[in-house]
Amino acid sequence: MRARPRTVLVCSLLAAAAFLLLCLEITIGDFPLTVPEVAAGLFGSGDPAALLVINEIRLPRALIGVLIGLAFGVGGLLFQALARNPLASPDVIGVTDGANTFAVATLLTGAGASFGLGVSAMAVLGGVVVSAIVVALSWKRGTTGLRIVLVGIGMAALCGSITDYLLLKSGAFQAQQAVVWLVGSLSGRTWGSVYPLAIAVVVLLPAALLLWKWLAGLELGEDSATGLGVPVQTARLAVMAVGVGLVSFATAAAGPVAFVALLAPQIALRLVRPSVPPMVTSGLVGAVVVLAADLIARTLLSSGELPVGVVTGVVGAPVLLWLLARSFR
Amino acid sequence: MKWGNALTFRRRTGLLLALLGLAACALLSIMVGSRWLGVGTVLEALANPGGDEATDAIVWGLRVPRTGFGLAVGAALGMAGALMQGLTRNPLADPGLLGVSAGASLAVVLSTGLLGVTSLSGYIWFAFAGAAAASVVVFLLAARGVGGPTPTKLALAGAGVTAMAGSVTTSLLLADAATLDRYRFWSVGALSGQDPATLGQVLPFLLVGAVLAAAITPGMNLLALGEDTARGLGQRIGLIRVTGVVAITLLAGAGVAVCGPIAFVGLVVPHIARAICGADHRWVLALSAVLAPALLLAADVLGRLVAHPDELHVGIVVAALGAPFFIAFVRRSRVAEL
Repeated sequence: MRARPRTVLVCSLLAAAAFLLLCLEITIGDFPLTVPEVAAGLFGSGDPAALLVINEIRLPRALIGVLIGLAFGVGGLLFQALARNPLASPDVIGVTDGANTFAVATLLTGAGASFGLGVSAMAVLGGVVVSAIVVALSWKRGTTGLRIVLVGIGMAALCGSITDYLLLKSGAFQAQQAVVWLVGSLSGRTWGSVYPLAIAVVVLLPAALLLWKWLAGLELGEDSATGLGVPVQTARLAVMAVGVGLVSFATAAAGPVAFVALLAPQIALRLVRPSVPPMVTSGLVGAVVVLAADLIARTLLSSGELPVGVVTGVVGAPVLLWLLARSFR
Repeated sequence: MKWGNALTFRRRTGLLLALLGLAACALLSIMVGSRWLGVGTVLEALANPGGDEATDAIVWGLRVPRTGFGLAVGAALGMAGALMQGLTRNPLADPGLLGVSAGASLAVVLSTGLLGVTSLSGYIWFAFAGAAAASVVVFLLAARGVGGPTPTKLALAGAGVTAMAGSVTTSLLLADAATLDRYRFWSVGALSGQDPATLGQVLPFLLVGAVLAAAITPGMNLLALGEDTARGLGQRIGLIRVTGVVAITLLAGAGVAVCGPIAFVGLVVPHIARAICGADHRWVLALSAVLAPALLLAADVLGRLVAHPDELHVGIVVAALGAPFFIAFVRRSRVAEL
């Protein structure tokens, strides 16, 4: 497929915006840096002290912002196209809730520690296990997008009630900690949390791009997809697997940053008005949204920083509403 | 003709069985608790108050109000869900969708955190105002442009407002540990520990909502044939949608205000109702209004049984009980596409 000029233009602008935001993100902190210094430092030139601050302290956080943005953007698009419903974000259909429940259980009760698994590993496990259960339960000589979503909603409610119960039974201080995790935050992230996420994105993003033909078929509905020669069941499973992987690893790295997976594909659709699901655009929009939100989260309050998940909703939602209001006109 | 008769029979028996089930759940809800009462004792105390004082205190003081909350809130959530799925023609719609629950939650947190409101009768009006404000915003936004508030626009605008209100709520909670501590108990949803007087306060809203809901169901049936057809048949589409949103706000807003954002009831029950009685919105609404309180009361009773003599909150039990049932149901039947 040849990319259309509009898509290419939008993607280039988004990539440039993401890079600029990445540089801005790295300038924040006690050690003063400017955007040109950061840009030079990222390519390896500059003052050794500045390089140390950039590479060791600030880059991991900024990179996690980019990577979870890409992962949520593409993962969200995969789910929305699979279910052919803009509300079918991973938060709705159980992936995020599974990750949340496992992570909160680990935070509050220490479950998982006996297997030597930390909160992040448990979150990935939770996302994958719950999604596997969703697919297994929705399987009856094949499955449909709507059935996956409905079963997913059931599992999400189940996981949510377990999380609520855990929060209710814990002490006030621990509940506070768990809520911070449940909001999603980038603060204090090191290279240790970048590597698993980076590997997941490097493997799964090309996989998602390879699926675009199947995805475009699925979006037209089962009959048209079959007519186009798409192996519908295999395609659904593949799309689901890639989406779950992306969302689980992103959630494990930063918590379930609210709304990005729902928002990014919808913004992307309205920016490029594509004929096929706009995967690259959606991923880039996700990255821009997360980075912009984190910048606001860190600079808004003089007393300290907000978790990024708070801002994605407060800032992202009006953007979505504005886009909706414009496209409704 | 035969098919029509079979369907009518199915609908009537379905409604009858649902009513019987609801009566049984209500009776159980009065019988079961940290002190068990027999059927005879309960019926006796209900029929002739003024017998045994201790029994009277339990039945009339605690369990009847609690059951009343279950009935009222359950019916409200069920009807709100049925309306919402019908109006947005989205099978995933529930009171969470149009921003109602999120608006109510935000207002509750604002009232406890900023104004220091701690009493339940104080929360309720804030929750109600928040629910109303959120639905007005969603509706005005979706009403812009050609075609007015179409299903997709309503759903997307609702999701946006929900996310925004939810984020503000969370940031307020993070900033204020004391409010979080109170909020996490409200937010799971509970039927117990409410002042019986609040039921009387919200009941008028629920009744008006129910009447409005019933009034637009014939129009919704025609709307399901498509907008042009409905317009050709003389329906005023805009009026139906506005009335629908008002009814949803009244029903869901009051329900959430009293018992916290109880998830899942408004989503699941209409699906079950449609499987029993087909897509006719009049029957779906009626059956949802009966099935939803039955589910809520059953969950509440179960919450008292499993953790005896302690209790589990009804919001947690509804999800834990409803989810497997819902999944089994989705597997078994052809889910009606709207």
